[in-house]
Amino acid sequence: MPLIENLTEHPIALESFIDGVPMALAVLDHNRKIILINRAYEALTGFSKKEITGIFCGHILRSRHCIKNCPVLKMGANSEPAGIESDIINKDRQLIPIRLNVAIIKNQAGQVVGHIEAVENLKEFRSLDTQFRQAFTFEHLIGHSPQMEKIFKILPVIAQSDSSVLITGETGTGKDMVAEAIHQSSNRSKGTFIKVNCGALPENLLESELFGHQKGSFTGAIENKPGRFRLAHNGTLYLTEIGDLPLVLQVKLLTFLDDQMIHPVGSTKGFQANVRIMAGTHRNIELMVKKGTFRKDLLFRLNVVRIYLPPLRERENDTRLLLDHFLHKKNTKLNKSISGFSAEALKILLDYIYPGNVRELRNIIEYAVNVCQTNRIEVEHLPAFMIGADPASQNNPQIQMLEAVDDQPERPSSRAAEKNQTWAVMEKKMILDALSSAHGKRNKTAEILGWGRSTLWRKLKKHNIVE
Amino acid sequence: MRQRLLIPLLGNDIAPRFDLATEAVIVSFDKNGIEKEEKMLVFSLGSSEDLCHLILMEEIKVVICSGIEEEYYHYLTWKKIKVIDSVIGPWKKATEYFRKGFLIAGTILNQKPA
Repeated sequence: MPLIENLTEHPIALESFIDGVPMALAVLDHNRKIILINRAYEALTGFSKKEITGIFCGHILRSRHCIKNCPVLKMGANSEPAGIESDIINKDRQLIPIRLNVAIIKNQAGQVVGHIEAVENLKEFRSLDTQFRQAFTFEHLIGHSPQMEKIFKILPVIAQSDSSVLITGETGTGKDMVAEAIHQSSNRSKGTFIKVNCGALPENLLESELFGHQKGSFTGAIENKPGRFRLAHNGTLYLTEIGDLPLVLQVKLLTFLDDQMIHPVGSTKGFQANVRIMAGTHRNIELMVKKGTFRKDLLFRLNVVRIYLPPLRERENDTRLLLDHFLHKKNTKLNKSISGFSAEALKILLDYIYPGNVRELRNIIEYAVNVCQTNRIEVEHLPAFMIGADPASQNNPQIQMLEAVDDQPERPSSRAAEKNQTWAVMEKKMILDALSSAHGKRNKTAEILGWGRSTLWRKLKKHNIVE
Repeated sequence: MRQRLLIPLLGNDIAPRFDLATEAVIVSFDKNGIEKEEKMLVFSLGSSEDLCHLILMEEIKVVICSGIEEEYYHYLTWKKIKVIDSVIGPWKKATEYFRKGFLIAGTILNQKPA
């Protein structure tokens, strides 16, 4: 039985020692043959230690790198431990993503006598990662319109900085997803991402919720509460609906942005929190500043990086892309096999203006996929409000409701009239505006629009702007 | 019974991974268990799909391999191909064991003599 000597008073049995380690471990000789493995290694690979002693480790671990690029082979006498991500196929025929760490073992004379390999099962992390990526990465914020491409280009840069970010855009454009995506791509991704809806809590609760409170500071404060700022220490705090933040708390937030100190309610001591602040709103903050409902100095501090997410009707051709994307997703989720849309249904879907933006589009597709019993989405599978009325009609109750709520539109008033236009009308107007500012020069017009000359020519023909 | 078996290879050993094998051997036995043919194959890239396709094209009845993903294992068995997996050791020894009728999944041939 191999022993560890001179570590404790009595020698320790190596086998029981490494069996207690929860990570899969294998001790190899200098020819990469297995000397000893622990229980975790047995569980991971499916082989028992008795049967595999003396076998070349690549036949047991069966990692991709064992065959093509064995890290042990690259190690010299003075090599530092190495780690690589790979995958294995275990005895249960499961393909498991792993992280393989290898280090050399030396004897007392400093000679290499073997290697130790530690194998970390990444399956759980990968499945979380996949869910996460599906929900929040830039890749998932899909779109190939020039407006979205610009945003995709700038997001990784923003993620790497530590500046405050203000995300604006209509409801359903993906502000929360962008905030979380920035956090996940930033250096703070190991820290927590805390989201607080400033419009969802009453003023007195919001202060305690954000900054925490001390036990006994008010009736009902029966214990110390850390507050969201403290919870987001070393991470990111995302304040959604910042436009709804009461003025009193705007001052407190301002103080924090200045000195990074938080003072819990009733506490005499402050806490230095390392938190990145991001804020999002669908309101026109500048207008709120003019009206005196939002502090100008807070806007200046939050507005270090500004991201404007365009509404879906301004995202050229993205509607079709998103329709297909959500159809595929809902198909998978609801275990259906719907292949696409009928021409009539597609026309209605493309002509609709989506006042609720991507969220509304997603919900419409979810409804249609649920209702559809055939292999194609037909007109009758669409929600009644889409079929019954002209999509751009003012009679649409959904639009009326949204307009009533959104009394302070984000976009400048000159563009407010564009709200109920379809993409085709918007596109024509964009072309005419660009032609006008380019004094009719097509080269310049194409440049302004970010299109090639042939695309511009095609669009001019499509909209009957030229013969 | 006439048998035609395929073994993915890494040198003289059974390849640790079915999906990464760039070599394979096809061995045919006649109804008396006498080896009739031995054909070595080399592929440019390792691929489970390509190997499965080859197995079907070559009318293989038995596959002896080491690590194989469940999906391909079930696919081959569904195609009525016998898969003996997690076999470790020299391929010649594996065919010998198979011919004698005592090769089972999980056999490690390196240490114990036949």
